[in-house]
Parts: sequence; structure tokens; C-alpha cells
Amino acid sequence: MSLKRSILDLRKRKDEVRLGGGEEAIEKQAAMGKLTARARILAIVDEGSFHEYDMFVEHVGTDFDMGSKVLAGDGVVIGTGTIYGSPVCLFAQDFTVAGGSLGLMHARKITKIMDHALKMRVPLIGINDSGGARIQEGVNSLAGYGEIFFRNTLSSGVIPQISVILGPCAGGAVYSPALTDFVFVVENISKMFITGPAVIKSVLGEDISMEALGGARVHAEITGNAHFFALSEKECFEQIKALITYIPWNNTQKAKAFPPKEPKTKLKIENIVPTDARLPYDIRDIIKSITDSSEFFEIMELFAANIVIGFGRMNGETVGFVANQPMVLAGVLDCDSSDKAARFIRYCNAFNIPIITLEDMPGYLPGVDQEHAGVIRHGAKVLFAYSEATVPKITVIIRKAYGGGYIAMNSRHLRADFVFAWPTAEIAVMGPEGAANIVFRKEIAEAADPEAMRQQKVQEYKDKFANPYVAASKGYIDEVIEPQETRKILLHALQISTHKDIQSPAKKHGLPPF
Amino acid sequence: MADQEKKQYIIVHSAKYETTFTKKYLNRKVWVEPNFNHINSYIPGTIIDILVKEGQVLNGGDSIIVLEAMKMYNDVQMPFKGKILKINIEKGQKVPKNFLMMEIEPVE
Repeated sequence: MSLKRSILDLRKRKDEVRLGGGEEAIEKQAAMGKLTARARILAIVDEGSFHEYDMFVEHVGTDFDMGSKVLAGDGVVIGTGTIYGSPVCLFAQDFTVAGGSLGLMHARKITKIMDHALKMRVPLIGINDSGGARIQEGVNSLAGYGEIFFRNTLSSGVIPQISVILGPCAGGAVYSPALTDFVFVVENISKMFITGPAVIKSVLGEDISMEALGGARVHAEITGNAHFFALSEKECFEQIKALITYIPWNNTQKAKAFPPKEPKTKLKIENIVPTDARLPYDIRDIIKSITDSSEFFEIMELFAANIVIGFGRMNGETVGFVANQPMVLAGVLDCDSSDKAARFIRYCNAFNIPIITLEDMPGYLPGVDQEHAGVIRHGAKVLFAYSEATVPKITVIIRKAYGGGYIAMNSRHLRADFVFAWPTAEIAVMGPEGAANIVFRKEIAEAADPEAMRQQKVQEYKDKFANPYVAASKGYIDEVIEPQETRKILLHALQISTHKDIQSPAKKHGLPPF
Repeated sequence: MADQEKKQYIIVHSAKYETTFTKKYLNRKVWVEPNFNHINSYIPGTIIDILVKEGQVLNGGDSIIVLEAMKMYNDVQMPFKGKILKINIEKGQKVPKNFLMMEIEPVE
């Protein structure tokens, strides 16, 4: 064969593989609003930057007549590319090839690119679109999943791992995304569950659609399995690219710095924060009045909205924000919001991202359901995450900082580096109403007009304790600041913290209350 | 004033905060005190066998129902010494979770 002919032969072979499961299967995929595996990768990476590997890998199944079947690339595409110039490793399951089912060689391709990502210390992006284990390959499929989960765990906290659910991801397959840092879902396309509707119906008699059981909205809003929700694949890819700009390549690096920019909105406390601590506002307005270009990249927007987490930039550098949201459930901590905050704090700590905490919360959500759901162990995760974090940790107390919530939200006592408070801050063991009822119980009960006495005592307590100065007098607050100074002071605190270096006792790992 | 009516409040430590509820909060399960004289199905399944009759007195730990669920025969037992007051199930019946299968009362 001449060189020219062998090149033509190579091209033909590659074209055949690129056709995946064939035109008919691709049309079916398109009818569901889904791109093909390669098209998805190309939509995420910089133009011309993608290189695919293992195109000619073939499956090794022999049982159930599998020996005679050809599965292009064994149903998965792996390769490397760049996003805004940053290197990434990617894999994408190809639903057009045997439903993207996972057999031994399919799994070997995935673990190969995972090993590569870990070795090269670059982020891994996995696109999941698979019917699940390839039943014909039996226990080999299970082995494949296990080896993926193991690598997810090994890579956790070393390189960023991103999972994109663009199709079914059911049974054991769901655990790879669950082990990764960020999960992206798209409405009407993503489906995640351990047991599908058919099994649930036959065993339990419960009739539920795939979308209602494990659709994108369910995971973004109810389960908290997903971090980003999009209405289309295109929107999802934009979210992934935006996220990549905020995070470092690995745990020894810092996120890329951007040119510093002033916020667009000017901070006006009297316009955003009502002085009556019982009235709500949107904490995200405060975040946007602090960050560069007033940009805030929110994570898990729909889940446990009583706490807000996400990335912004301060003087061009990535910062993680954790903030109580008075607009939803009064900004209380509960099981879900504790999980959400704790995991994000640990993410920031693992990847060298300073944490700014904005506090305005009345305490923990009361209720039997919360107590029985384990608000104690869930709430403890926040304490654990803040306490163990060694990245710069700065707190701004905006209004309420009561009781356990005050301690949990990155207080001085958990090794916060800087704690600032607005003059509207109220740092106390509980709100004036509750405290007065307890401290002055006798006076109130014995008064001729108990209600009037109660009001008087609430006011007395308010005047004495509902301010930042008691805490400031003990040194628990470093400085009481004017609201419009917030950005300036945060920038200064971040600058001072740049080379922060503290050591914790050596150990294998701590034991957070999982 | 439609807006006014939509306002939602949460009470923490005697203080009432104006805020909004999440769907999950609205759908939360309200706690009810358990009635120990009710034998409820703790898992959905099929009644394979009923081993007792109404009026019968049994000891704690005695088998009363065989409930098939998740491909397993589950042995439902008397929680304490007591009398079977009412049987609400039949052989072969499919029961959902928390279905009141039997009512009992303690016997000294």
C-alpha cells in the first residue's frame, strides 16, 4: 500500500468510527434535542483544540452473539482539549452506539483518560449518556464502574471533576457523577435514578414518570445531586465554560486571575438591607455590590435557596461566597442548606479559593421533620468544614448572627482570619424576642400588663445586646465597618491573606459527620 | 393587596420573619404521633399469608403476617403481648407503604 493509500484508508477508518451508531441513531438522538458525543465535546472545547484517542478500541464481549457485533469506539469518546486555553481531559458516552452501554473496553477508555487527567493534574469533564451496564458483558461491566468510582475518589480534591448528564444515567452509573465536584443537568434530557420507573411500578406499585422521578429539575431542586440546571445543551455548555474560568487546574494552583474591575452597582445599604431584622432582601444584591463587574456565578441556585453559594472575583481573583439568604426561609440553616454550604466550603479549601461569608441568619429551622432528618449531624458539617479550612476565611456580619448560627458561619472561634460587622449587626445568643421571654420570664408573668412588659423588656434587651459592640468589646469582631466600605476592606483582607500559612495537626483525614 | 396575602413567615426564637417558603419546605412531612396498636406495612409489598385470626391473643415476637417485598418474605411479628382486634388485609393483597394492616391492643 502506498503512503497515500494508507492515509486514505486511515481517514476512512476514522470516518467510520465518527459515524458512531449510524445516521439513523444520530437522527433519533437529534430528535430528543441531543447532540452526538463528539459534537458535545466540540461545543465545549476551544475550536480545533480537541484530540481524540482510542478510536479503534473494540469491545471484547463474546457471549450472546456479541462477538459478531461492531461497536464504534465501544460507545465512548475520549480525548483532550482546551477551554479558553486551559487544558482539560474529556470523555463522552455515545448513546448512538449500543445505547452508550458500559462494557469492559468502554470503561477502560474512561479510566485511561481519568488516569491521564490525574497524572497531568488537569480537570476532567465526563459527559454521561448511557443506558447503563452492558448486560451481555456481565460482571466485567460492574468491574468497569468500580474502577471509575475508585478513580473519581482518588482524584477528588486533586483535580476538578465535572459531570455532565446529557441523557440517562441510571443504576450504578449515577455514582460516578455523585463522587465528582460539579454535576450539570439539562431539562427534559437528564435522567438520573438508582431504580427506574418500571421497577418501582412492578415492585412498589408507584406510578411515576422518568422526569418526575429523576429529571433535571428534581436533582437541581429537591435532591441536591445537581449543581447547575440548564434549559438546553447549549446553555449547559456555556455554564461549564464559565465554571472553568473560576477554578484552578488542580489543587496546587490558584484559579487564573482576570483584570480587576469595579462593581457595576454601588452599595447602598439603605436600599438593599431593611434595618428591621425581620424583613427580607436578596443577599445576592449585596454580593453583586461587592464583586468585580458585579458578577456572581451561583452554584446550586435552586436547591436549599436559604443559603447562597458561588464564585465571584475580587480584584480579578476567584473568591467563594457563602451567604445566608433572608429572602428564603428567613435564611435559616437546615439539613439541606448545611450540606450545600459544607461541601462548597470544602471545595474552596481543596482548591485554594478564599471564602467570604456573609451572615444574616436567625438560627436553625425549627421542626420535628428537621430534628428527625438529622439537623444535628448535618449542621455539624458546616462547623467541620469551616474549622478545617485553611484558605483565607473572612466573615461580614450584616444583620442577625444568633446562637449556633453565629458560631457556625465562620466565626472567630472557628479560626476565621477576619470578622467584620456592619453597625446593623446583632450578635447575640438569640433574637431579642426569644431572649427577653426567657431572661425576664418572671417579670413578664408577674406584670399587670404582661404584653406591655414583654415589649418593654424586648426593647431593653435590643438596646443592650442587639448590636455588634458587645462582640467587638471581646475582640470577636475585628472591626465594625460602614457598609459602603465593605469591598475596600475585603480587598485589603484578601491582600493581607495572600500568603496565609497555617498548619493543622497531621492526620490521615478527619471524620466529618457524613 | 394580593402581594400581602402571599407573604410567608417563619418563627425562630419567638421572632417572626417575613420570607418565602421553598417547595420542599411546603411539602415536608408533618409528624404524627405513632400509634403502637397499629401494625402498618413498613415497606410496600404483597400479603403472602395471614397467620392469625381476629380475637386471638399472642405473645410479643409471634409471627402474624408474611409480607413479600423486594423478593423477600418478611416476617411481621407482634410487637408485644396482645390481642388481634381487626384484620384489614387479605391473602394476595398488594399493600402500599404505611398501610394499616392490623389493629391490636396490649394484653396484661
